[in-house]
Amino acid sequence: MIEGALWRRWVFYNIPLILFVFVLLFPFYWMIVTTFRPDGELYLPWNAPNYMPFWTNNPTFEHILYLFEETNFARWMFNTMFIALVSTVISLFCGVLAGYALARLNFPYAGGLGTAIFITYLVPQTLLFIPLAEIIRNFQLGDTPWSLILTYPTFLIPFCTWLMMGYFKAIPKELEECARIDGASRWKAMVYIIIPVAVPGILSSGIIAFTLSWNEFIYALVFLSSPDQKTVPVGVTSELIRGDVFFWGPLMAGALLGSIPVAIVYSFFVEHYVAGLTGSVKG
Amino acid sequence: MAEVSLHKLNKKFDTTHVVKDVDLQIRDKEFMVFVGPSGCGKTTTLRMIAGLEAITTGEIRIDDRVVNEVPPMDRDIAMVFQNYALYPHMSVASNLAFGLKMRKFEKAEIEKRINNAAAILGIESLLQRKPRQLSGGQRQRVALGRAIVRDPKVFLFDEPLSNLDAKLRVQMRVELKKLHERLAVTSVYVTHDQVEAMTLGDRVVVMKDGLVQQVGEPLELYNTPANRFVAGFIGSPAMNFADVTLVENGGKPLAEAEGLRIGLPGELAARARAKAGQKATLGIRPEDIHIATAADAPEYCFEASVEVVEQLGSEILLDMRVGPALMVASVEPTLRVRAHDKLKLALKPERLHLFDAESEAAI
Repeated sequence: MIEGALWRRWVFYNIPLILFVFVLLFPFYWMIVTTFRPDGELYLPWNAPNYMPFWTNNPTFEHILYLFEETNFARWMFNTMFIALVSTVISLFCGVLAGYALARLNFPYAGGLGTAIFITYLVPQTLLFIPLAEIIRNFQLGDTPWSLILTYPTFLIPFCTWLMMGYFKAIPKELEECARIDGASRWKAMVYIIIPVAVPGILSSGIIAFTLSWNEFIYALVFLSSPDQKTVPVGVTSELIRGDVFFWGPLMAGALLGSIPVAIVYSFFVEHYVAGLTGSVKG
Repeated sequence: MAEVSLHKLNKKFDTTHVVKDVDLQIRDKEFMVFVGPSGCGKTTTLRMIAGLEAITTGEIRIDDRVVNEVPPMDRDIAMVFQNYALYPHMSVASNLAFGLKMRKFEKAEIEKRINNAAAILGIESLLQRKPRQLSGGQRQRVALGRAIVRDPKVFLFDEPLSNLDAKLRVQMRVELKKLHERLAVTSVYVTHDQVEAMTLGDRVVVMKDGLVQQVGEPLELYNTPANRFVAGFIGSPAMNFADVTLVENGGKPLAEAEGLRIGLPGELAARARAKAGQKATLGIRPEDIHIATAADAPEYCFEASVEVVEQLGSEILLDMRVGPALMVASVEPTLRVRAHDKLKLALKPERLHLFDAESEAAI
């Protein structure tokens, strides 16, 4: 807390905080307003006499209804959810095991290997999708959810591994040594002691992995082509922007509904999540 | 029934040689304390006994079984760690039960043992709590309990009291001693605190730079230290040292330094005579120095100027300068003395120590 005169608190604390919150929340507000604004208002020129960009007096559900009746939106939601969940589970499984191995098993070149894994995360997807497209075609996975479920881990596993490696390193080594003296094998010590203690870290990397695959755009755009295979980000942008016509209402409605699951996941796990990111292991 | 023997034990981490040729027999039911400054190899030795650290060369036996390649879980040992290492996601009861569950004990037996250990340690009311809801002392008890329920052949303690505050440490020290009397299990205890070593150990191993300096009963270390390091490490306040030259004056051996001319009695004289003319280090404990009276032979007296007076209530510590050397004396609390006073002091001749200046071994 900033101490001292009232003006100091405002200048150094309250005003920056308000600005920050405003910048973060305004896009969401814009999304919500646009979702419920009738087309008649949406396409008014800015200098029209009754132009009112930040509020509407005639809220409508027509855009949301349009989304469900005229497009495959429900299907896209299901696709996105399915793909994000499965690829998150795969990546978490591999990431936890790899992170544990890199953090705890003292084998030669563990450090170098850890760095190498992290470097693969740094290769931009905008380059990687070209060779991956070739691979997807060779395995005849194009236009199926598996094309994404199997390619998302290419960037999710390095990410999860790196995060979990850091988390495992923060867990006192003695916990595991004590378990091993107590009669647990290395595997049992990991399953009964280390992984339960690492749950906050696992949840954090799970949430971030889920969000990353939920929002992923390029691979989904390249590997999926038929409308009922698409994910929300691709479906919304490809079906609701036709040529140079933007269907702003349904677009924003799609964006709003598409962000709800992520918001739920975040708020549900937020307590664990924060603990995971700050790496607090209470002894 | 368990004896632990270490034979020519060595440990190297890459290029650093942290444990050097340690030979030791730990007897059945003995409380053996390893003491030494940090980095002396005591914890590494303990971890090798536990099986947490691979042995570079040498041999460890528990009873007559060589355990070099035996994993920790099969050595039938229990260890108490400095940071307690309680499993944070488990209740106290589950913490105690974990080792027994891993060894597939019957449920009734597990419960019996938990209740027994909890009663011994007075933690019955804490069984349902999580470790983070416990105070430092309570965590310490749970860590002990986790070792007790296992009923192992050997207890290993890695500085278990060093995370406690001073008052609690003294209390737990007494409890540990009682506990060992009651359970009579072979114990190996590592500490850097010489008071803990003296009060707890049946025998004490003093280590420095990976080498065993001396093994013996606490009073043996105190009365007849094998070298200058042990002499300075054991005892508080630490022994005074003065660099002296051994000379013979009219057939009587003397230890001489600037401002100091001390006669050497009996046996010490005989041993010093062989080294006449050589440099040596004279050692005398603060508690063996007193204010000189008429009864003190002049050859055991010396003059000192007081620099600091430390009133401890039960005694007074005088920080003094004797010639160029600094010395501490522990004197009667009733003495009236002030800084910069000049005093005539005497020492107990039978309590004198001499160390070789080169090898630092006791003469």
